Amino acid sequence: MLLQTILLEVVKYGPIGAGIGAGLVALGVGLGIGKIGGSAVEAIARQPEAVGDIRTTAIILAAFIEGVALFGAVICFLAMGS
Amino acid sequence: MKYVNSSVRGFLRMKKFTFLLAFMTCTWSFAMANDSIMGHDTEQSGHDGTHENSNHADEGLTTANMSVTILHHISDAHEWHFFSIGETHVSLPLPVILYSEEYGLDVFMSGNLDHHTHTYKNYKEEHGHILLLDDQGNPVLREHEIWEGRNFVGTEMKKVYPMDFSITKNVASMLLAFVAMLLIFISVAKAYKKRPDQAPRGLQSFMEPLILFVRDDIAKPNMGHHYLRFTPYLLSLFFFIWINNLLGLLPGAANVTGNIAFTMVLALLSLIITNINGNKSYWQHIFWPPGIPFLVKLILIPVEVISIFSKPFALMIRLFANMTAGHIIIMSILSLIFLFAENGTNVGAGFGVSLASVPFAIFLYVLELLVAAIQAFIFTMLTALFIGQAMPAEHH
Repeated sequence: MLLQTILLEVVKYGPIGAGIGAGLVALGVGLGIGKIGGSAVEAIARQPEAVGDIRTTAIILAAFIEGVALFGAVICFLAMGS
Repeated sequence: MKYVNSSVRGFLRMKKFTFLLAFMTCTWSFAMANDSIMGHDTEQSGHDGTHENSNHADEGLTTANMSVTILHHISDAHEWHFFSIGETHVSLPLPVILYSEEYGLDVFMSGNLDHHTHTYKNYKEEHGHILLLDDQGNPVLREHEIWEGRNFVGTEMKKVYPMDFSITKNVASMLLAFVAMLLIFISVAKAYKKRPDQAPRGLQSFMEPLILFVRDDIAKPNMGHHYLRFTPYLLSLFFFIWINNLLGLLPGAANVTGNIAFTMVLALLSLIITNINGNKSYWQHIFWPPGIPFLVKLILIPVEVISIFSKPFALMIRLFANMTAGHIIIMSILSLIFLFAENGTNVGAGFGVSLASVPFAIFLYVLELLVAAIQAFIFTMLTALFIGQAMPAEHH
């Protein structure tokens, strides 16, 4: 009980949550874009003449995933205030 | 060759001018009336005791004021501050245009604002927002009603902010991009008119692949047979976003595309254009999707209605977050140098860190160049996709 009251007084939970959140976001993005990269490279290995299409598609998909990651980052940023 | 020239000429007509003008007026009126998302939060959540760092760099960069300094660099401002050498600030004063009920319309240059108290006549600048002061110098307070849900709890006195139509840093940078686009595209259009059937030369040959890329790889595949109607809008959008992204990367530049009000206006334009051109088939698919069991329809219809708005919302946040995050990361990496140098006391550590920090920052800058182009492409492609989805070919 005493520890809890001390914790509630001294610690601001906003930045802690934001930090953990940003880390999780980075984790998710890493996994997602890593998967895209893996399949893109495999597809190029199977069919080298489609390199151009595969490259464009991979970049577009990576941009989408990054968009979602940045939604999360923006929310973490908002969480830092309180 | 003749086919290419005549259709390219068709696009580069003055339609582009009207679209650009529409952009500018919309974004101007929103650009300062809603400030960037960061500025607002720090203002209303109360001062954390760090507001004296509005005269940045006077006391050096430390861990305490790093986030405020970086946010200050990203936010909008009423003057365009380039750099400071010691006590001298090199900045370009910009016009401040305010309208309030109490004092009417007021236009003055931001250089008139006193350097220490940031006041002029009845206005005071605080954190990039301008407050109204009464004649004694106290902020004018107006009663605001406090509502909790549907209960009227009471009134509180809040400071009054006049309507701000100033030419701020972001607006001035947008106007610069506007002028750059006019110069580029009008000269390319004139070149096509002057040399109708010849090979393109000079600036023409640089712009032609880009314009054809937007037409052939973004407009045509997504919009089918009526792509010509929307290609001027897509071209304007693509180049406007790209040029503003690139301008924002220069040192001392304004972070235009990282301002959420700016991206909100662009997303709103896409929303309006998409829904005004909605087909009967499009609306039918949203409100009464055919070929779906009734119970599933009950869930699907609210989801479809929300998705009308969530798609432009995602466009807005994607562009804003990508640009702002890029700028924040680059500035943070470079701030590491100053943090390690601990305000001048540990210069050796500062130099050492700069050996790692500067190459990394250069790498991030190159990545940001790529992201600038990609984000412009993604915004334009998704807009083309949504417009194309709003006019599906009737196949039932």
